Amino acid sequence: MLEEARSRWHPIAATHDLQFRHVFHGQLLGREFAVWRADDGYVNIWENRCLHRGVRLSIGINDGRELKCQYHGWRYSNRTAGCTYIPAHPADAPARTITNRTFPAIERYGLVWSSEEPRGEVPDVAALAEGKLLALRGIPVNAPADKVVERLKAYRFQPNAAIGGEGAETIVEAAQDFAVALHSRDGGAETHGVFFVQPVDSNRSVIRGVLDQEAEGAARLAILRHHNERLSKLRDEVEREAASAPAPTPIEPVYERVSAELAEMPEVTTHGRKAALRVSVARKWQTADGIAGFELRPIKGILPTFQPGAHIDVHMPNGEIRQYSITNGPGETDSFIIGVKLERDSKGGSKCMHETVREGDVLAISEPRNNFPLRRDSIKTLFVAGGIGITPLLAMAQALKNQELTHELHYFAQGEEHLAFADRLKYLGDALKPHLGLSPDATGAELRQILADYRNGMHLYICGPGPMLEAARKIAADQGWPDTAVHFEYFKNTNKIDDSSSFEVALARSCVTLQVPAGKTIMQVMRESGIDVPSSCEQGACGTCVATVIEGEPDHQDVYLNDAERKAGTKIMTCVSRAKSARLVLDI
Amino acid sequence: MTKCLDPVILNLWHPIGAIAEAVPGGVQDTVLLEERLSFALNADGEPVVWRSRPDVQGPDRVPAADRLPARSTYGYVWTSLGSPPAELFPIPEYEEPDRRKLNAATFGVNVSAPRAIENFLDMGHFPYVHTDILGVEPHTEVKEYDVEISVDRDEILATRCRFFQPMASTASDGGADVDYVYRVPHPYCSVLYKSSPVDEARRDVIAVFLQPVDQEHVRAHMLLCVLDEDNEDKVIKRFQQTIFGQDKPILENQVPKRLPLDPRAETPIRADKSAIAYRRWLSQKGITYGVIPVAA
Repeated sequence: MLEEARSRWHPIAATHDLQFRHVFHGQLLGREFAVWRADDGYVNIWENRCLHRGVRLSIGINDGRELKCQYHGWRYSNRTAGCTYIPAHPADAPARTITNRTFPAIERYGLVWSSEEPRGEVPDVAALAEGKLLALRGIPVNAPADKVVERLKAYRFQPNAAIGGEGAETIVEAAQDFAVALHSRDGGAETHGVFFVQPVDSNRSVIRGVLDQEAEGAARLAILRHHNERLSKLRDEVEREAASAPAPTPIEPVYERVSAELAEMPEVTTHGRKAALRVSVARKWQTADGIAGFELRPIKGILPTFQPGAHIDVHMPNGEIRQYSITNGPGETDSFIIGVKLERDSKGGSKCMHETVREGDVLAISEPRNNFPLRRDSIKTLFVAGGIGITPLLAMAQALKNQELTHELHYFAQGEEHLAFADRLKYLGDALKPHLGLSPDATGAELRQILADYRNGMHLYICGPGPMLEAARKIAADQGWPDTAVHFEYFKNTNKIDDSSSFEVALARSCVTLQVPAGKTIMQVMRESGIDVPSSCEQGACGTCVATVIEGEPDHQDVYLNDAERKAGTKIMTCVSRAKSARLVLDI
Repeated sequence: MTKCLDPVILNLWHPIGAIAEAVPGGVQDTVLLEERLSFALNADGEPVVWRSRPDVQGPDRVPAADRLPARSTYGYVWTSLGSPPAELFPIPEYEEPDRRKLNAATFGVNVSAPRAIENFLDMGHFPYVHTDILGVEPHTEVKEYDVEISVDRDEILATRCRFFQPMASTASDGGADVDYVYRVPHPYCSVLYKSSPVDEARRDVIAVFLQPVDQEHVRAHMLLCVLDEDNEDKVIKRFQQTIFGQDKPILENQVPKRLPLDPRAETPIRADKSAIAYRRWLSQKGITYGVIPVAA
């Protein structure tokens, strides 16, 4: 019986329970839900406990895009239920797989429906044509659902048009395990009423009635009052009956265990340069001079959770692979928006995106990876974007704007027509500071001014063309910004890679020793030995293939690590960097 | 709910009330581990604890069979339903003559004792739950700290804990990192040492002693042992009561109420090192009361 009930769809709330920015506490068969509507209209039904310490998410905060736990401020994204930020560790991107359990949601007949293990569809009720319906107030009853259904078969009510009358004839049109369809007639007036019974627990139910006619004003109030009175009376009767029988044992909810990786403290490793997702180009448009915007929608299911600063690999029809930052704001999880600048000397990446890819095309993309995480414990955050370097910073600025954290976005571009994603920029309001048409010298002068007042607790994020990024990093260092407060992302590694050295690499955890000859990378040699290494750009810019150095001196050739990290010598990008010592020991 | 069958918990000392709030000659009734108990101070001021029975109305004629072990320590009456150790865990600072010693409050909370201990050990919630008092956004980082399980003292010790606190001292108007040391010397008791705003060299001591009413309900007794010569008792108490009042609704919304010891029941982060150590320590002791043990 319980198994059968779990596979059915049940109403768990009325549509009008999901008020703007509210989190509704739903219940079904002993299980609790946090039910909330995001500003984009999507209804989220989640297990009602934060994966961290079990605090109910129904006491959390719905900010329209994300749900924030009251206890430690963990943020979970609209639609995917993936965790996007853990404030206790502001410098780390949370492991992508910290995802709440979700349940399906369908809105129908003025009610929100869900199911634990749905088989089939939401019941199709002939009497309730879509459109003008009236959902009654839910009536909670301390009695098992089957007892409530039995009583409802004898429920009598007046049709809407004769609500003040007496003596209407009510007949049962259909009755099922969790619903009774009634028809009431009084002279020429008639109303169909369907009464669904939501099994809250073994001994608790909610009657959710829906009438086939709408009403307004005083008439509506009279109808609601009529049913409220009669259903309350029915409740008293069925509760008296239920109280005389021994109460059935409450249903114990079974909480799924978190994955073994998440239960351990070490970071989760991501694998390979894989394109696990298929998306279609829902929209392609020119968002600025020379910059095309792409909206990528999933072919089926929903997209994985992303964090501001994350990028995806796009596998192109011509076989090239390129990295593009996700520009979405928090909670915008129905599609990924990327911006692609047409490079003059394109080797086939941006040219293919601009000239070959069209709306409706299917592309393979990787899961989002975040090697450029955004701290949100800064007293003030400065973003410095040059040209197409706006894309990751735009996602970050929208996240801070949503949380009302102090920030400025300095956007350097050749002219007004080169500013991309105008709609998103507009959302940022006064935080956006465009700097247009400046020469390299004038840019330097402007940056000196912007970066003049470093205070402890501030953070700087830079993304843009190599020369500008170098200049901004140098100016920041000159003006007292410590390495730990300056975060940057290069588009590409323009260093000339010297791969003439040969050396030995010992992989401590895998217990193998490999020879890296001149002309091959550490990554290539590891892959040839069957060791799966995550990677993305494979040119030392994105940080995906980072490994921990236990022993030996790395020969850094990447542009991902900052000076302090290079000096420390504890991290290495295995796709380009090599060894100065004869031997390296890596924690792989 | 079945009564407590956990031998480790039965043999511990448990707090059941503050001495300062005992009325001379008056009998107080309470519940410990689902057993109804009564206690009173006798003519010598010594606590007497017994299993409640309608025919015993005072401490003087309690039948020996119903009498329970009793002691008065750190300002509370402690008892046990089993064979308790000779001594209670030490708090040496309690003996320092210049400290103010108060029962800040006794609060009923609908949660298991171990969930309440974890909350006491946790710094990450300060900016969210104790906003503008113990923490404030955006200063949310829990910096690396050290945790050890001391084998000889059989207690958990978390040191080098620091957290940003707004208005950290009366001397400055800005916020600063405050140092904390946490001890868990008893499965249901924890002691916190916190930088003193009046004496840089010493620390205030705040302890929470949980009285398990049953597996999912506690009475939390809060001991203060602080350096403060200026404020009235009620001011010092009110501050702690505010803090505790902020924690209570969070604790009562934790699901499940008993602490799950399966490492895969919840998702730990580095900031939770002390909680992870605490869960392991409870598992190693074989504790089953107030927790959901790891499935065999």
